[in-house]
Amino acid sequence: MDIIVCIKQVPDTTNIRIDPVTNTLVRDGVPSIINPFDVNAIEEALRIKEKHGGKVTVITMGPPQAETALRDCLAMGADDVILVSDRKFAGADTWATSYTLSQAIKKIGKFDIILAGKQAIDGDTAQVGPGIAEWLDLPQVTYIRKLETDGQKAIVERMMDDGYESIEVRLPALFTVLKGINEPRMLSLKGKMMAKKREITVWSADDIEAEEHKCGLKGSPTKVVRTFTPTPRGRGEIFQGEIIDQVKELVKRLQEMKIV
Amino acid sequence: MEIIIDAEKCTGCTICSKRCPFAIIKMENRLAVIGQGCTFCGVCVEACPFSAITIYKDQEKHVDLSAYKGIMVFGEVRDKKFANVALELISKAREIADQIKTHVITVILGEKINHLAKEALSYGSDKVILIDDPVVKDFRTDAYARVMVDIIRDQKPEIALIGATSIGRDLAARIAIQLHTGLTADCTGLDMDMERRILLQTRPAFGGNLMATIETPYHRPQMATVRPKVMKIGKRDESRKGEILNLKPGITEEKVRTKIREIIKQEQGEVNLEEAEIICTGGRGIHKPENFSLIRELAGLLGGAVGASRATVDAGWIDASHQVGQTGKTVAPKLYIACGVSGAIQHLAGMQTSDIIVAINKDADAPIFNVATYGIVGDLFDVVPALIKEIKKVKGLE
Ligand SMILES: Cc1cc2nc3c(=O)[nH]c(=O)nc-3n(C[C@H](O)[C@H](O)[C@H](O)COP(=O)(O)OP(=O)(O)OC[C@H]3O[C@@H](n4cnc5c(N)ncnc54)[C@H](O)[C@@H]3O)c2cc1C
Ligand SMILES: Nc1ncnc2c1ncn2[C@@H]1O[C@H](COP(=O)(O)O)[C@@H](O)[C@H]1O
Repeated sequence: MDIIVCIKQVPDTTNIRIDPVTNTLVRDGVPSIINPFDVNAIEEALRIKEKHGGKVTVITMGPPQAETALRDCLAMGADDVILVSDRKFAGADTWATSYTLSQAIKKIGKFDIILAGKQAIDGDTAQVGPGIAEWLDLPQVTYIRKLETDGQKAIVERMMDDGYESIEVRLPALFTVLKGINEPRMLSLKGKMMAKKREITVWSADDIEAEEHKCGLKGSPTKVVRTFTPTPRGRGEIFQGEIIDQVKELVKRLQEMKIV
Repeated sequence: MEIIIDAEKCTGCTICSKRCPFAIIKMENRLAVIGQGCTFCGVCVEACPFSAITIYKDQEKHVDLSAYKGIMVFGEVRDKKFANVALELISKAREIADQIKTHVITVILGEKINHLAKEALSYGSDKVILIDDPVVKDFRTDAYARVMVDIIRDQKPEIALIGATSIGRDLAARIAIQLHTGLTADCTGLDMDMERRILLQTRPAFGGNLMATIETPYHRPQMATVRPKVMKIGKRDESRKGEILNLKPGITEEKVRTKIREIIKQEQGEVNLEEAEIICTGGRGIHKPENFSLIRELAGLLGGAVGASRATVDAGWIDASHQVGQTGKTVAPKLYIACGVSGAIQHLAGMQTSDIIVAINKDADAPIFNVATYGIVGDLFDVVPALIKEIKKVKGLE
């Protein structure tokens, strides 16, 4: 089975701090990581391959430095990686991003399953996966925590707000995965060494026959007009005294607010 | 759009480079250079003390904007009832519609859902479109997207609002691509720019560390998914009248490519986290999986739901569907009680907009206290049982 995994390189939020003076994000020295959900997507792809054979191709649209993320994917065991990169893609929203990625996937051609993460932790939109499915006219199931396939169809478990659904779908199809779907493997030293030596394929807008007016900022229907940091909540009241008195005080407050 | 740095004015002071939320401004020969990935957010323009940076917006027009009128709401149904977010959005749509003098259309998909039309009217819809058909009985992307795209093409609303639920976010993304329009995910604020008649959509990014205001200037409808529990449900007025339209879906069962084999509802007695008014969360501080029973007891007593930190989910103490945070669920209940949770930034990302946060932790320096409305520093195995007892007492259960 041929599986394509879409990954995004994102800043590691564990290290994100707010500058107390300027009230903006401090990004200096913040390392980049593969979006955590996407690591689960790669792991799932590798497991399907290990069971059914085939090929795992990882693609990302991003700046040249996203190459490092792709090398990690190779080290995990991906067969092929493709960096879709061009100045024309800069400033893309989810509409333009999913268009661009779908063009790259068309160029790859053959696939049975496309996997993406539930959402990227920088933008948190969860729109790119379904967007790609729409461009390619594929069925999709989002937020899955389990996937089984026989090569023709897949049976997946989808998270709903009030439970789960077991869903059957004919392949090819696109899925977006939750963290709980698997436990990603560690990178082996050998894998890392091998990945270091690989040539990384880079595709430009021309390579994927992307129409310029659908790419990047120009092709994006949404425009960011302002960014700001939210006012911090601030520390509230820490009760003092005996535990029992603190608890009484808390319940009194909750009663006053008609919560209890 | 274009962003230009005036080399005459730029002093190479690096302020813009430090402020850029995307860290793409580099200094070359003591001159700022904007790199790839600029979203034209304008932070640097405001930051520059020398007014050296200017953004030029181009005046493109893509569609005839005046052909689009009204605000459409996707009235999400669960078990033949409206999801709360549907009523929140109808109420918000009514408020905006009164501001810009237009109408509200609510679309309801499902089977045997005719009774919801009156409810939609009573919360402020002027028109209700019903698709009552087995093909849309349960949510399936193919069927729902087809029907919604057809209705939007026909009704031409200028704004379309959908709940940012596991159904809404799946659906909205497909509609926006088909209609070639912008979609802003998971909004927590909606305002009208009255002069330009444009919807200003505010949403968190980077797990709530940064807020962004986004607009869709040249495409219609302006689409947004909106986070549940952010908008307030308005007053119900049974006397409100409006038009009710029954339509047939433009898709048949054979064209739906996914089949639901089984619907597994959450364990009995557990409330849906995103809609819960009260959430009691257990963190690694509860030490053992069995001790979730203490959290469950507290939640049960308050009529709330049980949340969990990722550490407890990773340890296998509780199902992942309970996880709150950046890689779990985003919640904003009236009351959030965190027991033995340290308050890592990724956990806070999922709960810091709760109305009241109570933190119970034995470490006085735990970051959770920085966002807590009320804090108790102490051993949760002393505090929680005492709390349960006190609540039982005031509720007259003891
Ligand atoms: C990319 C990424 C995404 C993540 N996403 C999430 C997410 O979505 N949600 C999430 O929760 N985390 C997430 N995390 C993990 C997060 O960084 C923390 O590791 C996690 O939230 C810690 O969980 P905890 O507070 O339960 O455990 P700990 O950090 O171990 O805290 C336990 C707390 O319990 C207190 N305690 C111990 N014993 C007692 C007692 N007897 N009485 C009272 N207090 C006691 C301790 O003082 C301590 O503060 C993510 C991490 C990464 C890197
Ligand atoms: N630039 C990108 N390149 C490749 N995949 C992406 C990109 N952006 C988003 N994705 C995929 O889409 C998922 C959802 O991202 P988002 O819609 O940005 O929240 C991610 O988890 C990735 O799998």
